[in-house]
Amino acid sequence: MSKRIASLALAMGLGLVGAGLGATTASAQATLANVKQKGFLQCGANTGLAGFGVPDAQGNWSGFDVDYCRAIAAAIFGDPTKVRFTPLAAKDRFTALQSGEVDVLIRNTTVTMSRDTTLGLDFPAVNYYDGQGFMVRKKLGVASAKELNGASICTQQGTTTELNLADYFRGNNLKYEVVAFATSDETFKAYDTGRCDAFTTDASGLYSERLRASAPDDHIVLPEIISKEPLGPGVRQGDPQWADLVRWTHNALLIAEEFGVTKANVDQMVKSDNPEIKRLLGAEGSYGESIGLTKDWAVRMVKGVGNYGEIFERNIGEGSRLKIKRGLNALWNKGGIQFAAPIR
Amino acid sequence: MSTIARAPEPAKASLVNDPKVRGLVYQAVLVVVVVGLVWAAATNAVENLRAAKIASGFAFLNSTSGFDIGQTLIPYSATSTYGRAFLVGLLNTLLVAAIGVVLATLLGFVLGVARLSSNWIVARVATVYVEVVRNLPLLLQLLFWYIAVLRSLPEPRASVNPGLGVFLNNRGLFVPKPIVEGHAWIVFAAVVIGIVASIAYATAASRKQTRTGEQSPVLLVALGLVIGVPALLWIVLAVVAGNPIDFDMPIKGTFNLRGGLQIFPELVALTLGLVIYTAAFIAEIVRAGILAVSKGQTEAAHALGLRSGPTLRLVVIPQAMRVIIPPLTSQYLNLTKNSSLAVVIGYPDLVQVFMGTVLNQTGQAIECVAITMAVYLTVSIATASLMNAYNSRMALIER
Ligand SMILES: N[C@@H](CCC(=O)N[C@@H](CS)C(=O)NCC(=O)O)C(=O)O
Repeated sequence: MSKRIASLALAMGLGLVGAGLGATTASAQATLANVKQKGFLQCGANTGLAGFGVPDAQGNWSGFDVDYCRAIAAAIFGDPTKVRFTPLAAKDRFTALQSGEVDVLIRNTTVTMSRDTTLGLDFPAVNYYDGQGFMVRKKLGVASAKELNGASICTQQGTTTELNLADYFRGNNLKYEVVAFATSDETFKAYDTGRCDAFTTDASGLYSERLRASAPDDHIVLPEIISKEPLGPGVRQGDPQWADLVRWTHNALLIAEEFGVTKANVDQMVKSDNPEIKRLLGAEGSYGESIGLTKDWAVRMVKGVGNYGEIFERNIGEGSRLKIKRGLNALWNKGGIQFAAPIR
Repeated sequence: MSTIARAPEPAKASLVNDPKVRGLVYQAVLVVVVVGLVWAAATNAVENLRAAKIASGFAFLNSTSGFDIGQTLIPYSATSTYGRAFLVGLLNTLLVAAIGVVLATLLGFVLGVARLSSNWIVARVATVYVEVVRNLPLLLQLLFWYIAVLRSLPEPRASVNPGLGVFLNNRGLFVPKPIVEGHAWIVFAAVVIGIVASIAYATAASRKQTRTGEQSPVLLVALGLVIGVPALLWIVLAVVAGNPIDFDMPIKGTFNLRGGLQIFPELVALTLGLVIYTAAFIAEIVRAGILAVSKGQTEAAHALGLRSGPTLRLVVIPQAMRVIIPPLTSQYLNLTKNSSLAVVIGYPDLVQVFMGTVLNQTGQAIECVAITMAVYLTVSIATASLMNAYNSRMALIER
């Protein structure tokens, strides 16, 4: 027994010393090596949010966030299909990431200070700038969120949505009744059945959920956006290499759009004289190696899923069922705020 | 003890072989091992959490929660603490468990007796009920009742209003809420005194009946004491000092009714689902209990001139209770634990609030899970001890 305690104390002491030196656990550090060894990326996804992350009847996943998972898989393996998806309800997602059940969480997750600092997680990029909105039935005759005094509101638990809702109604001195559900299915069904006057989530989620309504045209989205929701991929804290890889995946997809590198022309673009394109596609420098991949990592990505603009258009853009305008998510030189740090 | 002391072997040799000493040693070793393991696991967890930069400890219970909860039995808002949110969830769990246990017992007894009815239709209906209900997953039943409850009720603007300030719509049942102020305590005190007096009267009446065979109007007297006297006092007070109890009446608002006491559809659906499901199992337990009482008891009662009702009430059920109570206890525990399925229909019970939102926001999975487990364990042990106490009382009366 005393031996055991002694070894425990020793281990604890070593652990403390380790922590003091800024070292982290081995398991957290080796995500890329682990993914390479498994041969696929385990990606935390939505349980089902059309346009962002949803499986079809055959279990094939598609969506904006799903394509980010595929882009990372393509960068690592040269094959966008080497991904397995774990559907996660909002309230379960961080535990799944912390415990190592998934390698990366790409599931319309808002970056907040507490999530970044107390959950042992990092959020290396923002792939969609969003804000929270409300949807109501047209026949209620409500034109503004300020008119929702006394309303009953359906929302999903374990989200920033729940918190913004409380802030907004308290701040505007309005009363409301909240009904919170664990999954988006349950939440929306309750709203659609008439349990609530309003349904609230990120504006992107509203576009998507409205498609599920028994009569989508009976519902309107109110003009107020009550919060800032920078949505982005999350990783475990303490594995800077993996965080870098995820961050630069996003930057590379943006840079590809900025310089007109598309799924269709990426092979010709490799021969381009533009130094920015050369660095992006690995014709110059060894940027791929610096994140543990090969030179042509970005070529593989764009070939697999296209650039940021293509991913947006295909899944949620004006040509898709969701018909979302680029808005804030346009490139910085096109009126938006998507601004990638340069590869150099 | 005493037999060992009088054993023929010399004391020295016996120490190693002494079963009592050995038992103590084994137990001591076990305790040390268990404590050691728990301690090792705890320190290991704390260490791992620190390494992964995840917050740990129970300080979060004092931080502001930031979220609202629909049904709260105690005052709570988004500015309250996580600890308060925990209490809200706990009380909601206890509420549904308490209502559920009472109603499931009543329905279960009726069904159990009905299954044994000599009336073919009654017996068949009860059998079909039991077989259908206990063979469908509870989760499905809860979802069914929730949607069924919601679908069958009108929107707020078309609320059903049977009068007396009662409204019913798909946001729940709205009833006038009594506001207690001024002299109201006198009325409440009268109710309490009435209950105590009724119990005393009933005890005296039953003693009198055993002694003389004379029956007393227990129900009438009790009604008078519990309802009549307080009502009279109320009227007197109202005349003398103004209405002591005011009612906050629900009134129509823009979206829904405002004011009054609101009973949420989530609570109704959850209670309905749990009661209907658990009653099926209780019915079987009751049936088995009654069948366990030998037929001779019934025949003897009939021979003494008791009709079927009193025979069941006075002879069969009291004996059946001995067989019924232990399995009934586990049904109560099941009901309480099953109430955590509330999550799927948005009822803010302990699991929904604490293991859902609080855990997600604080990220403190180990603490939240540990607290929740401790609560269910405590509630279960408390229920079981109560039922055991009741059981031993029943058993004593019996023999
Ligand atoms: N951005 C918010 C909300 C994210 C969220 O989970 N939204 C819900 C409502 S649209 C959702 O995506 N549900 C789909 C699902 O559970 O798969 C957050 O990070 O807390």
